[in-house]
Amino acid sequence: MIDDKDRIFLNLYGRNDWRLEGAKKRGAWNATKDMIDAGRDWIIQQVKDSGLRGRGGAGFPTGLKWSFMPKEVKDRPHYLVVNADESEPGTCKDRDMMRHDPHLLIEGCLIASYAMQAHTAYIYIRGEYVLEREHLETAIKEAYEAKLIGKNNVHGWDFDLYVHHGAGAYICGEETALLESLEGKKGQPRLKPPFPANTGLYGCPTTVNNVESIAVVPTILRRGAQWFAGFGRPNNTGTKVFCVSGHVNNPCNIEDAMSIPLKYLLETHCGGVRGGWSNLKAVIPGGSSVRMITQEMAEDALMDFDSLSALQSGLGTAGVIVMDKSTDLIKAIARLAYFYKHESCGQCTPCREGTGWMWRVLERMAVGQAEHREIDLLLDVASQVEGHTICALGDAAAWPVQGLIWRFRGEIEERIDRYRLGKPHVMGAAIAAE
Amino acid sequence: MATRRLAPPEVQPKSFDWSADSAEKVAFWMGKYPEARKQSAVIPLLWLAQKQEGWVSEPALRKIALDLRMAYIRVYEVATFYTMFHLSPVGKHHLQVCGTTPCMLRGSGDLIEVCKSRIGPHHHVTADGLFSWEEMECMGACANAPIVAIHDYYHEDLTAQSFTALIDDLAAGKDVTPGSATGRITSAPDGGPNVLNDETLFDGRLAKKIKLPNLPHKA
Ligand SMILES: Cc1cc2nc3c(=O)[nH]c(=O)nc-3n(C[C@H](O)[C@H](O)[C@H](O)COP(=O)(O)O)c2cc1C
Ligand code: SF4
Ligand code: FES
Repeated sequence: MIDDKDRIFLNLYGRNDWRLEGAKKRGAWNATKDMIDAGRDWIIQQVKDSGLRGRGGAGFPTGLKWSFMPKEVKDRPHYLVVNADESEPGTCKDRDMMRHDPHLLIEGCLIASYAMQAHTAYIYIRGEYVLEREHLETAIKEAYEAKLIGKNNVHGWDFDLYVHHGAGAYICGEETALLESLEGKKGQPRLKPPFPANTGLYGCPTTVNNVESIAVVPTILRRGAQWFAGFGRPNNTGTKVFCVSGHVNNPCNIEDAMSIPLKYLLETHCGGVRGGWSNLKAVIPGGSSVRMITQEMAEDALMDFDSLSALQSGLGTAGVIVMDKSTDLIKAIARLAYFYKHESCGQCTPCREGTGWMWRVLERMAVGQAEHREIDLLLDVASQVEGHTICALGDAAAWPVQGLIWRFRGEIEERIDRYRLGKPHVMGAAIAAE
Repeated sequence: MATRRLAPPEVQPKSFDWSADSAEKVAFWMGKYPEARKQSAVIPLLWLAQKQEGWVSEPALRKIALDLRMAYIRVYEVATFYTMFHLSPVGKHHLQVCGTTPCMLRGSGDLIEVCKSRIGPHHHVTADGLFSWEEMECMGACANAPIVAIHDYYHEDLTAQSFTALIDDLAAGKDVTPGSATGRITSAPDGGPNVLNDETLFDGRLAKKIKLPNLPHKA
C-alpha cells in the first residue's frame, strides 16, 4: 500500500472541505504559475516522462496525445474537452474527484490547456451527476473570483472553463460522440480519421481526456515525473483510483499504486471476497467492457494494462466487478448485454442488430432454453460485431460475451441440459408453467 | 437503442414559456458557447424545461428551437435520443432505480420488486400522481450499489427495507436525505477508511509555496 502522502486525491471520500480554501490547504494551486512559466514543452515532457496513460479506458499515453495538437494556433482556436461522462458499468471514480476535489481538475484543465495552447475548455459531465455538477460550478466560480482562471488571471494565460452536461447516454463517453453531443446533436460517434486533434469541437483542434488523466497532472508536476513513474511497473506507472463493486465485504473506491495484485486490492482494501477468497467465481476487472477472468486467473493478476491484457481482459477504467459463487454469470452477462443494446447509438448495423440479438439469446440461455449449437453461434455473432463498427462500443458489447463463453461455457451447457431434463433453472420454472 | 416518441396530442399543453427563474438559467447556459454555436445549449435547455414543467412537451421543443435558431426536427432528435428527458408526465416523485449488473449483484432486483408492488409497472404514474419509477442503466456510483436517484440526488447502499422506508417518507410528504442508507462515508469502505488519516496532509503545511522539481535550467 502506498503512503498517504503519496496519494493525489487527498479528499477522495469528501471528509474535508472540497472548496477552494480546503483544496489550497491540501496543496492545490501551489506553484501553478511556475509550471506555466516553465513552458509548454516542459509540461508535455514531464507528462511524457511520468508515463501517465489515459484513465478513460484505452490507456493512450497522455503526453504523446497532447503533442499531436498543432504546435501553433492558426485560423482555428484549440480546445480541451474533459470527458466526465463516466458511464462504464463498475466505474465511479471521476465522481469522487469532481464532488470532493474539483480544484485539482480545474487546475489540471488550466495546465493542460496552456500546454496545448487552448484558451477554452469544456468539462462534459453526465446528466445524472447533478451534485457533482453543482460542486464543479461552484469551484469554477471560486477559481474565477480568485483570478486563478479567466481573463487576465494571475497565471498569465487567459483561460475560460465551462461545464457542459449530457442527458443519459453512455455512448457520449466515446470521444467523438461526446463532441457531437457538445455541439448540440445526437451523440453518434464520428468516423475517424480525421482525429479530434485535427478536427474536433466545432471543427477545431481538440484533445479529449478523462477527468482522472487531467486531475493528476498538477500533482505530477509538483512532485516530479519520476515520483509518479516510481509507482507500478514500466509502461504501467503511477497511482490509480480503483473502484470495487459487487461481492466484496466492503465495496469502495481506493487510490493505490498501479500494478498492485488484484487479490491484494480486494483483501486489503475491500475486506475480501464475500465468503472468502475460495468463494470467488469471476472478476470483471476493467469496467464492464472487458472479458471476465476466473478465480484462478485472478489469483496472480496485477491491476495494470499489460497484466490484464495478457489475460485477454483489460484494465479499462479499473472498475472491478467481483462475483462470488452465488452469482448467475449468464444472467449477469445478459444484463450487460441489455445495457449495450440499450446504449447502442444505432448507426452501424452490426452493433444495432447484434447487441439486441446477443441480449435475446443470452436471456434464453440464462433460463436454459437454448440449443447447444447456439453457443457457437453466439460466439460467431460476437466476433462479427467486434471490430466491424464505427466505434468501440461494438467491441465493448462483444467482449463480455466472449469472456463468458470462453471461461464458463460449461455453465451454459449445464443450464441447457438441465432445462431439457425438465429441471429448469428456477427462473425457467415460471416460464415453463405459463 | 431505445425507441422514444413524444406524448400524444391530448396530453400536450397548449404553450410553453420560460419562467423568470428559468430564463436566467437559459441566459447562463447560452453564455457558455461561441456566438455561432448556440445550438450547443440544446441539452441544458431541454433539461431546464424539464425542471420547470416536470417533463418535456412539444411546445417546449418548439420554444427551444426558436431560442437556439435550430430546426424543430433537430431539437426533436435530441429530445428523443437522450433517455433522461421525460417525454410524458411523471409522478411528483420519480424514482430512478439503477438495474445494471453491479447494482444487480447487490440487490437492485429487490428494489425493482418494491417499485412494482408499491407503484406498478415501469413508467406508470400512480393514480394520486405521487409516484412513478424507471429502471436506469449504470448511474456511476457502483461502489455504493444498489442506488436510486430521487429528485436528482443519489440514495445509496439500499435494501428493500431502507428503500421502502424512503418511499413511506415521500408518501408522507417528508423530505428525504440523499447519501448512504447505511451511514457509510461516501465511497469509503464500510466502517471508515484506513487510508488518508495522516493529519499532516490537512493542516495546511502543503499550502506553503514549493519549488518545482525538474525545472529547466535558465539559459
Ligand atoms: C462506448 C465508449 C464509452 C466511453 N466512455 C468513456 C467515459 O465515460 N469516460 C471516459 O473518460 N472515456 C470514455 N471512453 C473513452 C474515450 O473515447 C476516450 O478514449 C477517452 O476519453 C480519452 O481520455 P484519456 O486518454 O484521458 O483516457 C469511452 C469509449 C467508448 C468506445
Ligand atoms: S458501434 Fe454501436 S454505438 Fe458505436 S457508432 Fe456503431 S452503432 Fe453507434
Ligand atoms: S451499476 Fe448501478 S451505479 Fe453502476
